[in-house]
Amino acid sequence: MSYRTLRPALVVAMALVFIGVPLWLVLVTSAKPQGEAIKPNLALPQHWQPATNYRATFDQGQMVRGFVNSVLVVVPSVVLVLLLGAGAAWVFARRSGRLVSAAYALSISGLLLPPAVITIVMELRQLGLANTRPGMIAVYTGMYLSTAIFFMTGFIRTLPFELEEAARIDGAGSWKVFTRIVLPLLRPVIATATIMVMLFAWSDVFYAFFVLGGGPDATLPLNLYQVASAALYLNNWHLIFAYVALMSLPMVAVFVIAQRRIIAGITSGAVK
Amino acid sequence: MRETTVLDAAKNAASGREAGASQGTSRLRRRGGQQFATRRGGAKRRTQHPWWFALPALAVFAAFFLVPNLLNFFYPFTNWSAFHSSISFTGLSNFRTIAHDGSLQLALRTTLEYAVGVAIFQNGFGLMLALLLEKDTRFNRFFRAVFFLPVLLSALAVGYVFQALLNQDGAVNALLSDLTGTHVDIAWLGSTTWTLVLLTIIHGWKWMGLAMLVYLAGLKSIPGDVTEAAALDGASAWRAFWSIRFPMLAPALTFNVTTALIGSMNTFDIVQATTKGGPADSTQVFNIYMFRIFGEGLYAQASAMSLVLFAVVVIIAIPVILGMRRRERVLL
Repeated sequence: MSYRTLRPALVVAMALVFIGVPLWLVLVTSAKPQGEAIKPNLALPQHWQPATNYRATFDQGQMVRGFVNSVLVVVPSVVLVLLLGAGAAWVFARRSGRLVSAAYALSISGLLLPPAVITIVMELRQLGLANTRPGMIAVYTGMYLSTAIFFMTGFIRTLPFELEEAARIDGAGSWKVFTRIVLPLLRPVIATATIMVMLFAWSDVFYAFFVLGGGPDATLPLNLYQVASAALYLNNWHLIFAYVALMSLPMVAVFVIAQRRIIAGITSGAVK
Repeated sequence: MRETTVLDAAKNAASGREAGASQGTSRLRRRGGQQFATRRGGAKRRTQHPWWFALPALAVFAAFFLVPNLLNFFYPFTNWSAFHSSISFTGLSNFRTIAHDGSLQLALRTTLEYAVGVAIFQNGFGLMLALLLEKDTRFNRFFRAVFFLPVLLSALAVGYVFQALLNQDGAVNALLSDLTGTHVDIAWLGSTTWTLVLLTIIHGWKWMGLAMLVYLAGLKSIPGDVTEAAALDGASAWRAFWSIRFPMLAPALTFNVTTALIGSMNTFDIVQATTKGGPADSTQVFNIYMFRIFGEGLYAQASAMSLVLFAVVVIIAIPVILGMRRRERVLL
């Protein structure tokens, strides 16, 4: 058999084994009673109880509160990262000089340097922001600004300066040029930056542990960790996987809706 | 409509960081005959792009990223903990403690091995998928989305899925038992040598979709006549790939190795959800140690480990990434 006929079969087989099996495990286990789920396997449930399990994620797992908390932290972080990042990127891309280069280099240092998570806690305590949503938003914004500034600066450098000049001639001030000309032109890269920041912030649990802890503001991943740690020896797989399935839905939905944008943002090159 | 790419941005930065912001003007200059306009534009650009547009970003970044990293050069040398009401200077005692009990060397070795493993698997899986799904057909587009799915899941969830799969009582052993007809109980997550490798495979699995997209972008940017010429010269598909197309994927490789290294230096979720650093601390990466020791109230000691991580990134990861960038410029 040649590669041409073999390839589709290989792709399907790989998708089934590497994506299908884990996905199947999540879905069937989330429909099982606890006794059947204790030893996770790929068999269909003998007794179906998806409704009970998924309802439990709302009652015991605080799904709604976790979702609201996640939205209240991730959305402001994304908006701040994009707005502040765009302003900085505009200046870095259009101005020149040693000071600008230094400021640019410093602001993208967060791409590679690790956030100092322990001393972040210390600082937030002194500022009175420990265990608060504003504290979490500030930390996420600080962490992902570098990514946004990096992408946006590269992008703005490819935009023709003449567009801005034309607006100037028509009498627009800096603020107007930025909001009316630059921001709209940034749309493709904003899509990319949004998905990048959301990918990390929506699923982050490490930094959320330190900054938010398990309090009333706990986000979805923190709740999942609590659901999983609630029982000794992880014997509540049925609830864990009901939680995993529900919690992943928003990201999957965003991807399905904006799939073209996201993939194009990451892959397609050049000018369309 | 313009679309940007990760690769474009990476390339811009590769050439732009040294040239600094002068790149904007040099681009104009390259168009030729506009030097006069450019020189005049310099002053205009200063007034038209006032600094205060950058100030909010710089302020937030400084306050919540740079300042904590600076504080991280101070607190490791103190006795800051949950057990003292005041903080006093104690010199190197925290570093001595983590070096003497071996946790420093352990975290260092585990994290570096983890990083190497992730760099290999994330790139290997990503490149393989990109080559399999290279042509722009409906079939391929659908399966690209399928293989991108793990990127969308939270790493913690991924960890739990694989724990359920790889537990001794888990789904993989059950499946193997059914297939072979004998009772299989391999302790996938109980080996002090191989569990770490397994975790890097899981990490590679989680991010392979992103690596795939970046490699696809790289493959797309290779002009078709280059591969045609190779085929005319009688090069086999294998040879044409390794001698011609793979070297041209250098920017994609750099980008993917960078994300793999940085991602694995900061890894936590997958390890915590599968092994919690075990068995016998054999998967205890930096962040697992910090999380545990911080939970015990030994803040300064956790901060000391955090400073070591900072040093590892600066001394090892960044030179590797910059080295790859330089090599890339020689190749292209």
